[in-house]
Amino acid sequence: MDNARTAQAASIVPVPASKPREARLIVTDAEKLKVVDLSAFYRGKVALRNINLNIAANQVTAIIGPSGCGKSTLVRCLNRMHEVQSGNHAEGQVWLDGEDIYAPGVDPVQIRRRIGMVFQKATPFPTMSIEDNVTAGLRLNNRRMGRAERDRIVERSLRQAALWDEVKDKLRDPGISLSGGQQQRLCIARALAVEPEVLLMDEPCSALDPISTARIEELIVELKASYTIVLVTHNMQQAARASDYTAFLLNGDLIEFGETNQIFTNPSRRETEEYITGRFG
Amino acid sequence: MEASRKLSAPAQPQVAQEIVQPAAKPRRRLVPSFLGDRLFRSLTGFLALLVVLLLIGFAVVLCMQSRLSLARFGFSFFTGTNWDPVNEEFGALPFVYGTLVTSAIALLIAVPLSLGVALCMVEMLPQWIAGRIGFLVELLAAIPSVVYGLWGIFVLGPWLRDHVDPVLGRYLGFLPIFQGPHIAVSLLTAGVLLSIMIIPYITAVCTEVFRVVPQTQREAALALGATRWEMVRMAVIPYGYSGVVGAIILGLGRALGETIAVAMVIGNRAEIAASLFMPSSTLASVIANEFTEATGDLYLSALVELGLVLMLLAVLLNAAARALVLGVVGGQGEGR
Repeated sequence: MDNARTAQAASIVPVPASKPREARLIVTDAEKLKVVDLSAFYRGKVALRNINLNIAANQVTAIIGPSGCGKSTLVRCLNRMHEVQSGNHAEGQVWLDGEDIYAPGVDPVQIRRRIGMVFQKATPFPTMSIEDNVTAGLRLNNRRMGRAERDRIVERSLRQAALWDEVKDKLRDPGISLSGGQQQRLCIARALAVEPEVLLMDEPCSALDPISTARIEELIVELKASYTIVLVTHNMQQAARASDYTAFLLNGDLIEFGETNQIFTNPSRRETEEYITGRFG
Repeated sequence: MEASRKLSAPAQPQVAQEIVQPAAKPRRRLVPSFLGDRLFRSLTGFLALLVVLLLIGFAVVLCMQSRLSLARFGFSFFTGTNWDPVNEEFGALPFVYGTLVTSAIALLIAVPLSLGVALCMVEMLPQWIAGRIGFLVELLAAIPSVVYGLWGIFVLGPWLRDHVDPVLGRYLGFLPIFQGPHIAVSLLTAGVLLSIMIIPYITAVCTEVFRVVPQTQREAALALGATRWEMVRMAVIPYGYSGVVGAIILGLGRALGETIAVAMVIGNRAEIAASLFMPSSTLASVIANEFTEATGDLYLSALVELGLVLMLLAVLLNAAARALVLGVVGGQGEGR
């Protein structure tokens, strides 16, 4: 059935191809997420067309492409955040460990607890302290936590986000008292505190200075030991440095998907080559 | 434009004109507009000062007009429970009590309701329905107080007496505030009427406050696995907290000062009644009721002092609410 769908998809998608689209099958690591024929719409307009993509467990998958190509939309479809804004909807399937998160009856809230997300702009809750920000997601699950357990989770999450040493003496300070880069790492800690299986990062460094960006990139590489990471970026160097696989999107189509090395050194499609060499976008 | 071109055309060619124009623009920008800045600053400063002066003026006039009563009763005016114009004995406490109780009832009912309506309009309903409901709610504010008063006398009061008072008496009768006979003109009627009157204000402000909560905050909560209600509790209400308190202060101000509607439904008795079912008076209603019949100078002066008390009360409650906001939001309060 899967193959039939793929064949159908290939015939629908207009591919001015120089090579056939078989790249999607190359992922050899265990799949964590499997995107099948995903299309997304924004107020009736198509934002994504029949995307097929496998996301490997414990690897970093980068999504690159020029502005407006649908890379944010794609990543927002992976935890059903796309449909949060009115007028948006998505069709197709996204399999998370063999479960279709778009199947009828699936609660998006439960999905989002398993697939965490970090946004372009750091969004700490302004009225909460640093530690309350970290535990915000835990309190949602209505879990009763002892002081000790709470402290342990706060420390673990902040350490994972490489923020612990900078804030351990001021956990009660408001989250927005931190610098921009620290706020973004606080948001990463907040997402990690609920121990998601997948971490989606939607241009997490686009508002940060180069030093903060470098820290977060290091962090991404460290985190893949424990999490599956999808990284949307408009920064091709970042994709090259931090990711294992790269997907290139253009105008809502997945143009090419493969190992990052191969995409950046020997892309199989002309559009990919033109984009990564800076001829457009 | 065309006339000027006709005039200048013979003198200089079109090309020259085009060159002159862009050169003139940057030069105008380079001139520092010190004068305009200073003018603007003094104008706005003057206007701001005017408001402060107005407030001080009010207080001064009230103090002067009530000096007889101030001198005669001193502090005991605030604690005196006896209001007896015949024997020229004046104490403000019954009216302070009536004002506080009716305002408290009004807020108790109006705040949850307004928050609910505002959240529903911002978070749940499609824009076009929300807009229509918002319009209807705001229409409530357009009804004159005296019409509210009439409705209170003829509809709300009797309805509360016949249907609400008995229920409250039966189930909460162990509390002194729900004991005694049921009377249509009462503290409860005034409080409920006030709540309806302040709902549009609180709702309108809260709606705007919730509307400006950034979408990114909502999505941050949703991405953590929040349900819609959890999102509201975690991201929307805390973000708009100071604005919501501002809205409540606005409603409270209306409730404290509302005069004619309250005077019509509260029963006008200068007594501290333990039961909410009993008639009472508020500071504003007693001033309105008795001003025309205040014959003696001391009586008049006492009424003006009631106005002073009302103003002090409003200022105190405002300050308390502001302290509450600052206490929770900390240094980054937006100072609404």
